[in-house]
Amino acid sequence: MINKFVASPAAALADVPDGATVMIHGFGNAGMPSALINALIEQGARELTIVNNNAGNADTGLAALIAAKRVRKILCSFPRQSDSWHFDKAYRAGEIELELVPQGTLAERIRAAGAGIGAFYTPTAFGTKLAEGKETRRIGDRDYVLEYPIYADYALIKADRADRWGNLTYRMSARNFGPIMAAAAKISVVQVRETVELGELDPEHIVTPGIFVKRVVKH
Amino acid sequence: MKKLDRKQMAARVARDIPEGAYVNLGIGLPTLVADFLPKGREIILHSENGILGVGPKPAPGMEDDDLMNAGKEPVTLLTGGAYFHHADSFAMIRGRHLDFAILGAFQVSVAGDLANWHTGGADAIPAVGGAMDLAVGAKKVLVMMEHLTKNGESKIVERCSYPLTGARCVDRIYTDLAVIDVKADGLHVVDTVEGLSFEELQRLTGVPLKRLATAA
Repeated sequence: MINKFVASPAAALADVPDGATVMIHGFGNAGMPSALINALIEQGARELTIVNNNAGNADTGLAALIAAKRVRKILCSFPRQSDSWHFDKAYRAGEIELELVPQGTLAERIRAAGAGIGAFYTPTAFGTKLAEGKETRRIGDRDYVLEYPIYADYALIKADRADRWGNLTYRMSARNFGPIMAAAAKISVVQVRETVELGELDPEHIVTPGIFVKRVVKH
Repeated sequence: MKKLDRKQMAARVARDIPEGAYVNLGIGLPTLVADFLPKGREIILHSENGILGVGPKPAPGMEDDDLMNAGKEPVTLLTGGAYFHHADSFAMIRGRHLDFAILGAFQVSVAGDLANWHTGGADAIPAVGGAMDLAVGAKKVLVMMEHLTKNGESKIVERCSYPLTGARCVDRIYTDLAVIDVKADGLHVVDTVEGLSFEELQRLTGVPLKRLATAA
């Protein structure tokens, strides 16, 4: 019998090694898997590479992970915010490496990893600093930049409901990076508000099918 | 001459958005446009984080942490609105499905180059968000900005001195002094604020402007 339910966030993240690449879902607070991030801080893995749209807000979640000095590198589109003080401090102190990626390119690089795409050409950022040193190509009458997938060892996701096969639904704009990060990571770990019996989720409404999900924790 | 204030600039832009348009409003000044869209028109606002049909701010106490816009402010969803993931959201942008992106800017060049993401300062932490995708992806890119810097220098320039967001991507510029179309043969003035002559606008702008041909 397939059962992806795991007892606790700690049990779901016990095997994260030092140096892992971890995608963290969420856009601001919407979709941020706080219980999983807290468990990752407790777990103690270091030298992590983190993929998120931002670089942490205020003092909790990803910001707390950065404050605990567990993050070696971050890939994101928008690190600088009014309340990104933990990232700002670590960045200015040279303690954290930043790979700045345009938001749509970030999403597509994550999508490409989950979809088995080796690389893709995007018009975004052509002729800008963020394309410096990258391969470019003119296709038809437009110029494109070659971009590679972002693979991850783990994805930490917050969804709304899940069944024991790992089928997921989300809530409102908290869907954001969930479906593409779930597919891009070797081990996707999902924190959900509610677990339900198999068959309770309408197959027409399942957003992330369970094939992309390894572990589910109710929290 | 009477410069437009921020609300008047937003109202001026809103007037030009037609019925049925799909529109993304950038953070800051462009966000104000939402408040001035003509009531009789159905215009669908897109938010990068995965919303079509963004509605107004919720009533106090009705905010929901799961329903935010790209500026991370609480919003509502209009009847008929939809949620989707980030890759789909940027497929809408990059795939030329959005009719308009309305963006703020530090500078726009004569050729339509846009600089709005980074001052280039050595100690500045860069952040780009979806600006570069919007710049290349929307069918029309409209820029809203003050015409002059605080020091009185034109923000419409021969070449951008700030790092580019996108090359040759701006279609129209709305400032507190004028509306200007960016075309292959240069900058065409569509209209100016009351009491501002073409000659005076030209003097303030510093790069060559053309009068819009009446037939255009």
